[in-house]
Amino acid sequence: MLLVENLQKSFDGFMAVSDARLEVEKGEVVAVIGPNGAGKTTLFNLITGQLRADGGRILFKGENIAGLSPYLICRKGIGRSFQVVNIFSRLTVFENVRVAVMSCNKRTFSLFSKAKETSVYETGEILKSLGLTEKADRISGSLSHGDQKVLEIAIALGNRPELLILDEPTAGMSPEETRDTLELMKLLSRERGITILFCEHDMELVFSIANRIMVMQRGRTIIQGEPDVVRNDTHVQEAYLGGADEGI
Amino acid sequence: MVKESILSERSAWKALAPWLAVFVLLLLAPRFLPRFQVYLTGLILTTGLLAVSLNLVLGLGGMYQFHHAVFYGIGAYTVALVITKTALSPWIGFLLAPVVSALFSLAIGLICVRLSKLYFGMLQISLGSLVWAVVFRWYSFTGGDDGIHGISVPGIISSTDGAYYFSLILTAICLIVMQRIVNSPFGRSFQAVRDNPVRSEAVGINVKRVQLTGMVISGAFAGIAGSMFVVIEGSVFPELMFWTLSLEIIIMCLLGGWFTFLGPMLGAAIIVLLRTVVGIYTEYWTIVLGLVLMLLILFLPQGVLGYFLESYKRGGGKAVQEER
Repeated sequence: MLLVENLQKSFDGFMAVSDARLEVEKGEVVAVIGPNGAGKTTLFNLITGQLRADGGRILFKGENIAGLSPYLICRKGIGRSFQVVNIFSRLTVFENVRVAVMSCNKRTFSLFSKAKETSVYETGEILKSLGLTEKADRISGSLSHGDQKVLEIAIALGNRPELLILDEPTAGMSPEETRDTLELMKLLSRERGITILFCEHDMELVFSIANRIMVMQRGRTIIQGEPDVVRNDTHVQEAYLGGADEGI
Repeated sequence: MVKESILSERSAWKALAPWLAVFVLLLLAPRFLPRFQVYLTGLILTTGLLAVSLNLVLGLGGMYQFHHAVFYGIGAYTVALVITKTALSPWIGFLLAPVVSALFSLAIGLICVRLSKLYFGMLQISLGSLVWAVVFRWYSFTGGDDGIHGISVPGIISSTDGAYYFSLILTAICLIVMQRIVNSPFGRSFQAVRDNPVRSEAVGINVKRVQLTGMVISGAFAGIAGSMFVVIEGSVFPELMFWTLSLEIIIMCLLGGWFTFLGPMLGAAIIVLLRTVVGIYTEYWTIVLGLVLMLLILFLPQGVLGYFLESYKRGGGKAVQEER
């Protein structure tokens, strides 16, 4: 479904991503791991168009999407959440999700219908499935960090994505919230058949849900494979233990 | 569900009632106000409509529309030129005013919208000033710095009262339509773009196109306000699109509160009255305006925007939100 081939991106001479390779099959849950600064977020930003790649290819369903604007990539069926909470903090929780649903339903440019009556059902369903119904009328900026991270995912779901990209979905969450988010990801994958690509520092979470794991180090893909293969790979052990950037 | 809809209908009427009262009061105004005050009320409505139209991009869309007066002036000149230079019915001029203003908005917007924030505003000032300069110098067509005077509008709207009713009814219609747009899916999306353009792109919104659409709509309403000005004053002049007027409209929005729908109307009323009343005693009425602004800033240390943001966060913003 998604194929990334020797993707490159540099910032002022610094190669943030020098050779990223990634493959995601339909229905899979793929995790990207690696030490801080390995280029995970940059990779995601390249895939969803927030950044423009210097070289390489990004194929989504066989079509090269490298260089397209984020809104076009979103319309092709890739939704994403952000690592640092990135919501419409002055709008209510409900409006946050509704904006995405309206965009997906091509209602962004309807001028004279009432927003209040637009996409209410779908938005309500998304909030319900993520347990945000009771907070629907709160101004989203006033939510707890954990709830804002969940809202991140809710907004991404508003676009009915086929591929959902989650950038550290549990960063800064309490253990309980982390568990809930893990359950949510399993649910999205199994019951809705959404393909998920995510990066995460919580190794327990990664190994408990991912079908395949891609490991990045200094902008390069070291390996992509099944959890057991990755766990026993000497390069990976070096990257984490020998490289000593961060414990596994 | 049924109960809910009845409730919401009732509350809708409740919310509407004061506005209906104001409208009726304004309808009756010519019966008990002297002529000059009727004229002044018409001018306030016209300026107010202009300010509300600016706020559509400034407050709702968060765009630094620094030269909004251009579109006002173009609307006014369109009517004036159709009446004085062509054999067409004057009403065609009134229909054309918003269209021509919207076209200029589109042209200027297409160039500016790729820039962000302050750069957008600065480029808009430059392009707008270019339009002003052309109007200012093109004597044979626009009358140059003299402007065009003694424009004879259709009889029914040529009297003071007629002009007043024309501007009142047009203002009411425009406000209803704008209110509708603010509360439409487009309005919500525009707000979303204002709050977080990056996220908006990520949920599939074509941010530049939303901003451009906002500019065109806002420009069209400014054009309508411009056509109302011709009816009230019977003349046009390049000052209508000079950048100082743009600044004045921005101040109106800030003064009245740019997170509210009708705040700019209030701001326009304050400034027009200030100019008229203080203008009787001194031509330096802007000194008083400056004092008012300084007091505003001193007593609301975070500035007007900050104050409104604050009350927004305190939950007072919810009421403001609903008012939209």
